[in-house]
This record gives sequence, structure tokens and C-alpha cells, in this order.
Amino acid sequence: MQLQYFLILAAALFCIGIYGLITSRNAIRVLMSIELLLNAVNLNLMAFSNFLDSQAIKGQVFTVFVITVAAAEAAVGLAIVLAIYRNRDTIDMEQFNLLKW
Amino acid sequence: MNIAQGVQIVSFGILAAMMIGAALGVVLLSNIVYSAFLLAGVFISIAGMYLLLNADFVATAQVLIYVGAVNVLILFAIMLVNKREDFAPMRNAWVRPTLTAIVSLGLFALLSTMVLATPWMYSTGVTPGNNSIIAIGQHFFSDFLLPFELASVLLLMAMVGAIILARREFLPDQIISPRQEQPALTLPERPRELISVAGDRTSNLSKDKQARGNS
Repeated sequence: MQLQYFLILAAALFCIGIYGLITSRNAIRVLMSIELLLNAVNLNLMAFSNFLDSQAIKGQVFTVFVITVAAAEAAVGLAIVLAIYRNRDTIDMEQFNLLKW
Repeated sequence: MNIAQGVQIVSFGILAAMMIGAALGVVLLSNIVYSAFLLAGVFISIAGMYLLLNADFVATAQVLIYVGAVNVLILFAIMLVNKREDFAPMRNAWVRPTLTAIVSLGLFALLSTMVLATPWMYSTGVTPGNNSIIAIGQHFFSDFLLPFELASVLLLMAMVGAIILARREFLPDQIISPRQEQPALTLPERPRELISVAGDRTSNLSKDKQARGNS
């Protein structure tokens, strides 16, 4: 197995995540796209940890930290989506223009 | 990993096809419940990738946390905001997907050429192999001790913040006077007014809500 396969696969997953992040109008789908981005980064870290740093596997430690932060982000993000849905009665991202002047 | 090279390549191909197909389904399908279940497929295939990369502990954590916690949380959020709404059409709706597709493909081409052109310095040495959990534990309690503790504080803060954000607002004067009789099985909460932004529809909704609150 080669390192390049994993890196190209992670790049493809990252690009799919960016496409979904920008084009989707449902707020929950935006959060799912952010999860895709974080998983692409995790795959990169794990590939580097296995192929370039196989004695002290620091990439796996970083991946555990990224998983922790992703779990916290999902909880807070979904709570924000619920609060906005309760206020505005929609989950359309185009209607969330509270900070636009 | 004690698997032959051919088996590794075949399983990598299967997992990669699963992952890319499910990720495209997450982004492109119109029904969001299908997207949530395909997201579980993405997470599971990434856990398989971690097994190919000699990381059994992180693969287990991936399945437990992502498939078990995050995906179930997303499904619950879909259930709570279950509203079949047709989004209002925008002017020039084709511009954004087209531009984003061009930018994403360009980014993918850039990353691919960078990955293929870089001479990677492969490490040669004995790997921890199946003892990776021991190495991770030693890292956590020696040189990554401060980030490890900060992660626990971050999880606590996220939990408190999520509860406060998702809860409805309390009515403070009802807390001050506890003698006031509450009807059974209701929380002392203030009925929220909807912000009137979208014209007639929203004001009708708030009128509805007021009528229901008065009755």
C-alpha cells in the first residue's frame, strides 16, 4: 500500500465536503458536510502517522483530539440549529441573515 | 497488519468506493434522512481505513463516537426539526453549484499533483503494531497531558453550552415566586414570539401561536 492512495482519497473526501458545505441550503446538511471535512483531515493524519512516523504514533493522538473536538462541535452546532429553528421556523440557510446589515 | 498485499489493495478499493459513493450521496441526495444514514456508511468505511493503517484503537473510537454518538445526534436533530419545506427559489441558483464544483475540482487537482510530486520520507523502523493503544496511552499521560486535560474541559463546556442553547428561556418572575401554582407536567417557560421577518407567513404563524396560547 502506498501513502499517496490514502492522501488522494482524503483530498477527494475533503473536496466533496467543501462542495456540500457551500451548496446545501439545509442547516443540518451543512453540519454533516463539516463532519465529512473533519474525517478527511483525520484520514490524512492517520496516513501520515502510519507511513512517516510509525515509531511514535503522534498522528493517532492528534486524531483522537480531533474526534473529541468534532463531537463537541456537533453537539453545540445542532443545539444552535434547534434554537434558530425555534426562533425563525425554518432551517433554510438563506434565511439566517441575522448578522447581515 | 498481517494481511497479504493483494487483500489489502482489494479491501482498500472496496472501502474507497463505499466512502466516495456514500459521501456523494450525503451531499447530493434530496432526502436528508437518507443523507444521515449514508453518513454512517462514510464513518464505517473510514473506520475500515484506520484498520488498514494499523490503528485499531482509533478505528474503535471512530465507530463508537461517530456512528454511535454523532450520527444518532444528527438523526435526533432531523427528527426535531422535521419540516418538509420547499426552499424559496433564488435568482441565479445555478451560479453557486457551478462555481463551487469548479473550485472543488481545482482544489482536488492541486492537492493530487502536490501529493504525487512530493518525495515522501518513509520511516523505516519497528512499528508498535497491535500495541498502538499502549503508545497512545503513554503519549496521553506524558507529553500530551495538558491537551488531554483541556479536551475534558472542552467536552464539559460543550455539554453545558448545548443544554443552555437548546433549552427554552425561563421566566424569571416565576422562579422568584414559587408559591404560584403551576399546572402539572409543564416547565415554567415563556412562550416565544416568532420574529416577523418573512412577511405574511410568519405573522400568520405568530397569530396562530397567540390564539393557541390564549385558548
